[in-house]
Amino acid sequence: MVINLRRRALFAVLAVSVVSVGATACGGGNSSSTTSGSNASIQSNPDNAKVTLTVGSKNFTEEYVLGEIYAQALEAAGYKVKKQLNLGSETVALKALKTGNISGYPEYTSTALQSFFSVKPQDIPPDAQGAYDMAKADLEKEGLTAFPPAPYSSANALGTLTSEAKKLGVTTISDLQGKSQDLTLAGPSECRERVDCLVGFEDDYGLQFKSFTPIDPALRYQVLDKGEAQLSILFTTDAQLFTDPDKYTLLTDDKHVLTPGYPMFITSQKVVDEAGPDFENTIVAVQKDLDINTIRELNARVDVDKQQPSAVAHQYLKAAGFVD
Amino acid sequence: MYVLAAKMHLAIPLAANDLPRSFFGGRRGQHPCESTDALFCPRWAVDNLHTYVDPALKQAYLVVISVVVGFAIAMALAVLSHRFKWLTPPIIGLTGVLYTVPSIAFFFLLLPITGFGTDTAVIALAAYTLQIIYRNAVTGLANVPTEARDAGRGMGMTRSQLLWRVEMPLAVPEIIAGLRIAAVSTMALATLAFLAGAGGLGQQLSAQPTFKTNILLVGGLVIAMAITFDLMLLAVQRLTTPWRRARPA
Amino acid sequence: MAESATGMIDVSIQPGFFSSFVDAFNFIFHQQEGGGGTLVGGPAKVLELTWAQVQVSGLALAGSLVIAVPIGAWFGHRGKGEFLAIGLGNAGRAVPEIAVIFLLAAVIGIGLRDVAIALAILGIPPILTNTFVGVRQVDPRAVEAGRGMGMSELAVLTRVELPLAVPTIMGGVRTAAINIVATATIASFVGYSTLGDFIINPQVYGTDGALAGAILVALLALAVELTLSGLQYLLTPRGLRLQHIGTGA
Repeated sequence: MVINLRRRALFAVLAVSVVSVGATACGGGNSSSTTSGSNASIQSNPDNAKVTLTVGSKNFTEEYVLGEIYAQALEAAGYKVKKQLNLGSETVALKALKTGNISGYPEYTSTALQSFFSVKPQDIPPDAQGAYDMAKADLEKEGLTAFPPAPYSSANALGTLTSEAKKLGVTTISDLQGKSQDLTLAGPSECRERVDCLVGFEDDYGLQFKSFTPIDPALRYQVLDKGEAQLSILFTTDAQLFTDPDKYTLLTDDKHVLTPGYPMFITSQKVVDEAGPDFENTIVAVQKDLDINTIRELNARVDVDKQQPSAVAHQYLKAAGFVD
Repeated sequence: MYVLAAKMHLAIPLAANDLPRSFFGGRRGQHPCESTDALFCPRWAVDNLHTYVDPALKQAYLVVISVVVGFAIAMALAVLSHRFKWLTPPIIGLTGVLYTVPSIAFFFLLLPITGFGTDTAVIALAAYTLQIIYRNAVTGLANVPTEARDAGRGMGMTRSQLLWRVEMPLAVPEIIAGLRIAAVSTMALATLAFLAGAGGLGQQLSAQPTFKTNILLVGGLVIAMAITFDLMLLAVQRLTTPWRRARPA
Repeated sequence: MAESATGMIDVSIQPGFFSSFVDAFNFIFHQQEGGGGTLVGGPAKVLELTWAQVQVSGLALAGSLVIAVPIGAWFGHRGKGEFLAIGLGNAGRAVPEIAVIFLLAAVIGIGLRDVAIALAILGIPPILTNTFVGVRQVDPRAVEAGRGMGMSELAVLTRVELPLAVPTIMGGVRTAAINIVATATIASFVGYSTLGDFIINPQVYGTDGALAGAILVALLALAVELTLSGLQYLLTPRGLRLQHIGTGA
């Protein structure tokens, strides 16, 4: 895999250099093979220097990356920024927000609705606007608020090795009917008691599995690679889906059991009032280029390349043209 | 332009089997780990060691505080039991219960009372040290040779003087032996402190629990710190007992 | 769990923490609605996970005994390898259990068998050290008496030394058992569900479930300790019982 990536990297560097040559040859214009540099760089506003913002995050890669992106962007906008990444689960993060220990953190619509407001998974709107509106309305009753979501959604997915999917002849979860009883499913231990996980597969899809293996989500690809399970609960924004797109297959959730979550920056009304308009504007601007592919790639740089989230966030901001 | 671009799958929308379009123009970051499946990547370890420093220091801090608190309480109890011998069995029992309750359970039992944070971890870790320090202190005080006690009494010492000038100093090796065990055990246990929201190296471990280099670094650092504390306390013991003492087997 | 007027779950620390414990007991005895849309808790599920934890712990402890007792006894009998035996015990104390669990999961795999292996490894140091020390410290006169009666070395070991070493050995077994049961709590991360399920998934089982899990783990550990203490009492030769009341390793 290392060799593959190196070759791809070399090829890509060659590619980019040829493209830029080609671009200049054609008289310039957007050399956008990527969206590099197509954004306005964030301007530092001296008024923001008197405001200190503490950006928090929960304790997994995507949250670290998002937290770093927002923190560095706000810093570029002239705020004094402190970071409290790696707070823990959403309950801890919410408590930190409510007590004022942090100014805000990235949260998913589905997590906020289910965990904070006890909304049942089946009652959550599947679309971005619906989910965001519901979450924002509930948050506002607590003196909190949320900025519009980033343009991707993160959801649980039922995944398998592509070779396995081909062998079974399945592309959707429904296709597993009649076949799942010979298959082992691996997922977080909570999956056993969730209607948007194992219980949903059993009730809505009518699937019975040979067994369910509880694992720390960090092992979700290892179990597939080692053959310890044929099916695994993956996330749509996983790094491995960028680095090995042909190796793994996500089965289509045709009955919409797996709730998508849209990442939005939640904060308190008090902080919004104190921080001025650049707070929301910076956050909303900087997440513009975070489509699902990009977030997968950023996750890959942390999870697979083992780079630090702060470095990866900086690479994104630079490549997108937000910072220099 | 498009002819050239057509050669580069970066510039055109991808077919399903193509490499996903890279945001960065395909340039990947460096690969600091030779292979993520390797048992240990020295280069990655060296490059990223600095990220382990703060959690390691936090863990060391937790251990020091917990052992100091545990020591204070255990010694107070030991002194009391030395005077009122009937206290010994119930205190052994109570500290035994605290020792037996697994630290994870202890953290979560304390949650409704002290919440997430350093306090919870310290209380649980200190409680865990009580039995070993207490037992060793009591044994140490009890094992003071009768000759020494007689000599002290012969010199007209009060009970309190006897305790602090004769019995305690002679009990020091036993007490420090208990402290050493407590420190080492607490250091290993403190790896779980992150479950109580108190940080520490366990946090690093749980962030990447499949990355073997990470696991080995965390484990190695914990063991190294435990050995360091052990040796430091051993040095303290040597310094505070300059006399030769025939120890009972 | 209290719900405030706006329907938001109140996650702040309740001044009435007593009610948290009441809620936790409720979780154990009555099924209730979980955060994932199903019914959670209740005696059946509690028993299922408790029994799972007992099973993997028992399996692991058996494995530790099978390996550690023969090795510790033989070297203790010969009087060789003291440094290693004691060193292993000390080193074992310094190793963070969670690192061993994840390292073995990454190297050998997940599930009941692999978790049991990891736990057995954790249980070996205290049993081995205590067996070694226990056998080593048997009164030499008893050993001589045995030899004088014409016993083979193996018979001396099994009929004289081991029985006399029981209190010390059992002390090590108790330490190992508690470590194993405590660490088995996190087996839920590596392919085998135990009471840890309740603790690590507050979004499904609630803070009631987490606290209930903690209570159950604590009670399980205490039950194991009491059982083994009782076993120690029964296994100790009567003559020794009079000397060794109450203390363990």
